[in-house]
Amino acid sequence: MKIFTSISPRPIRVVSGLLFLFASASIQAQGLDTLIQRVSADTSTSMLNMDAVYNRPFLTVEKMPVALGGYLEANTLYQSEAGVSEGLSFQARRLTIFMSASINKRIKFLSEMEFEDGTKEIGIEFAALDVSFHPALNFRGGIIMNPIGAFNQNHDGPKWEFVERPDVAVNLLPATWSNAGFGVYGKTYKGDWILGYEAYLTNGFNNNIIDNEASKTFLPAAKENERRFEESSNGQPLLTGKVSIKNRKIGEIGLSYMGGVYNKFEEDGLTLDEKRRVDVVAIDWNTTMQKTGTYIVGELVYTWVDVPSTYTQQFGSKQKGVFIDVVQPILKKSIFDWDNATLNLAARFDYVDWNLGTFKETNADIGDVLWAITPAISFRPSSQTVFRLNYRYQWQKDLLNNAPAKSASWLFGFSSYF
Amino acid sequence: MKYIFPLLSILMFLLQSCELTTPAAPQENELLDGPLEGLSMEQQTQFLRGDIAFNDDIFTVEKGLGPIFVSNSCGSCHAGDGKGNPFITFTRFGQNDTTGNHFLEQGGPQLQHKAIPGYQPERIPSGASSSDLLAPAVTGLGFLDAVSDADLIALSDPDDVDGDGISGRPHWNNIRDYVAPRPNTITKNGKYLSRFGKKGAAYDLLDQTANAYNQDMGITSLFEPLDPYSGLEEDPEVNTQTVNDVVTYLKMLKAPLPRNQDDTQVKAGKLIFSQIQCAACHTPTLQTGHSPIEALANQAFHPYTDLLLHDMGPELDDGYTEGYALTAEWKTPPLWGLGLSADAQGGSYFLLHDGRARSIEEAILMHGGEAEQAKQGYVELAETEKQQLLKFLESL
Repeated sequence: MKIFTSISPRPIRVVSGLLFLFASASIQAQGLDTLIQRVSADTSTSMLNMDAVYNRPFLTVEKMPVALGGYLEANTLYQSEAGVSEGLSFQARRLTIFMSASINKRIKFLSEMEFEDGTKEIGIEFAALDVSFHPALNFRGGIIMNPIGAFNQNHDGPKWEFVERPDVAVNLLPATWSNAGFGVYGKTYKGDWILGYEAYLTNGFNNNIIDNEASKTFLPAAKENERRFEESSNGQPLLTGKVSIKNRKIGEIGLSYMGGVYNKFEEDGLTLDEKRRVDVVAIDWNTTMQKTGTYIVGELVYTWVDVPSTYTQQFGSKQKGVFIDVVQPILKKSIFDWDNATLNLAARFDYVDWNLGTFKETNADIGDVLWAITPAISFRPSSQTVFRLNYRYQWQKDLLNNAPAKSASWLFGFSSYF
Repeated sequence: MKYIFPLLSILMFLLQSCELTTPAAPQENELLDGPLEGLSMEQQTQFLRGDIAFNDDIFTVEKGLGPIFVSNSCGSCHAGDGKGNPFITFTRFGQNDTTGNHFLEQGGPQLQHKAIPGYQPERIPSGASSSDLLAPAVTGLGFLDAVSDADLIALSDPDDVDGDGISGRPHWNNIRDYVAPRPNTITKNGKYLSRFGKKGAAYDLLDQTANAYNQDMGITSLFEPLDPYSGLEEDPEVNTQTVNDVVTYLKMLKAPLPRNQDDTQVKAGKLIFSQIQCAACHTPTLQTGHSPIEALANQAFHPYTDLLLHDMGPELDDGYTEGYALTAEWKTPPLWGLGLSADAQGGSYFLLHDGRARSIEEAILMHGGEAEQAKQGYVELAETEKQQLLKFLESL
């Protein structure tokens, strides 16, 4: 489903060239170990979810203003539904490459390029210039990740204990959802409290959200619109805004909104349809219990979509979804000679209802709902690398609310920054 | 080192337990869908292609949906290959006698009551009679298609010669240009014995399928090239191969399998079914003739239908008809799979042609006309006998 820009070999050539230059500069000088420095992600408590895009490990060479990084994730999958399995598969899910540059002390550039499922889908997920006027006022423009919920901006595989991304993030919201646009963001601190905000105007959705092969109101279908980095589908900007508050001892909570007109209502001065809106509200949270080290993260999303009354009820006008991850470290010690290796037990709960409401004709509840539980074991030889063993059991009801189709998956894989 | 053994043990256990920890397959007789037994590998490949086209192929605006339509895929009306739910109702209008549909110029016979954004759906024209129809189950259609015309004619008794009050008659109808008559087909005054659809007006599964693409989804094909909205001929929006795949899929769907056949209550109910004359129209057993699909050829099967038209009385007469059926006449629907209907309809029954009956008993009590006597037979049964009959019907 992820198609961001044209799938041409050009991005590959560009990245290859940069990597070559980067490597050449290193080799011409001294030994690599002394030249290349790893800048770890900031694990301090002053970070908010909105900082995730820069809060990644990077490799830098001496005083060069360019830093590189990325992550790779791959896994095996054994899945079965109602006694029928397609057998065992190996999946190379993502190769993501980050490149950042400090143009000036207060002007930064960062890009994130993703190769998904090999070279099947190649996209620029983020490529923005950040200009700081004040900690509370920064400008960002380019291809940005809309700050709806938390996962959309904080989706790097190595940060999560689960192979699959949360359903609410990728099957209700369109993570990773990025668009061309501009906006501002900032943070302010007081004691243990941190307050952050973001507000952007970008290109947005299109008719695909109610006209797609998922046969449901499906915001991720808008990602099929490859031209959204080139022009708006309807000339109406999508507003995305978020406010987050964090207490260093308690945790962070964010409230975000995204909305605008999604459909092409006129062209060449001709009226094609009424203006129809999509509105999304999300609440996200994360906390670490100090006594037990238990990490809890989650996201609750509601969407409202103006679907024409003369259209089919398969396309719902209200949706909701939630995910909650609970991660409990059970061992943190030297394991296999890895210092500070961590073994975690974790569990995820997923729930998505794509069509809230009742049928007009029968007043019966509309189905189109999914829920799943995923117990997991994860092993982190270092904080930047994770091996994950997940078992996912899923129930999914069709539109008519018939008995759920049950499926189960075993997934084993790794995800690592490099 | 101390971690290696436990780690390998866990991995070995998980490899062994993959299949143990995944959902088990349901019993074959609990499912409506699935292929016929005995298909060759080539036929299974064809079945799979048709399955994908029928259940997974969703039409979008870009792929030709509408602009006016009823639904956007075959599977959305026939969930799990079962009967439909009233949330997608097929409304037909414009014909109230055997002189044909007089509202073809105004969008008849099917009402496309949905529209893509920016368009308005159809409305029933003033003065047009109409009837709401639920999508039928599509399982076992290949068997019904392979019954010879002669067998169906042998079951008919249009003048009620035997005096039992039941006078099933074949639906002699015109066929479309693209439909090829069956081998050994029998004609009457240039008309052919049609057997599909609630009024039995469709001759075969190609007729039914190509028409459904066109009238239900607004999809044009080489078979049905006219767009229902504009009335103009358009380029095909579904290719001939896909239509043929769907037809083949429908033919190769298995017949619903009965359950609990050794249950004494079910056995008793089966006897009652015949005693009160339900079986006079809902013929328990038919026989297929020749079929190019070997698994369908020369088989006895148990659909509980005679595929003939019967007058069902004024309560089921909506004032609308198709072909040469009368408005009160309906083709006997097969009862196989009846007990599984609710599983595909959202958990509760919607029976009879428009789903008005919410239980099997309600459906029986709504019978009239030629079935009046059978209905009375049911009403006069003792409560235990009624339960036995209902258990039998649920076992189908």
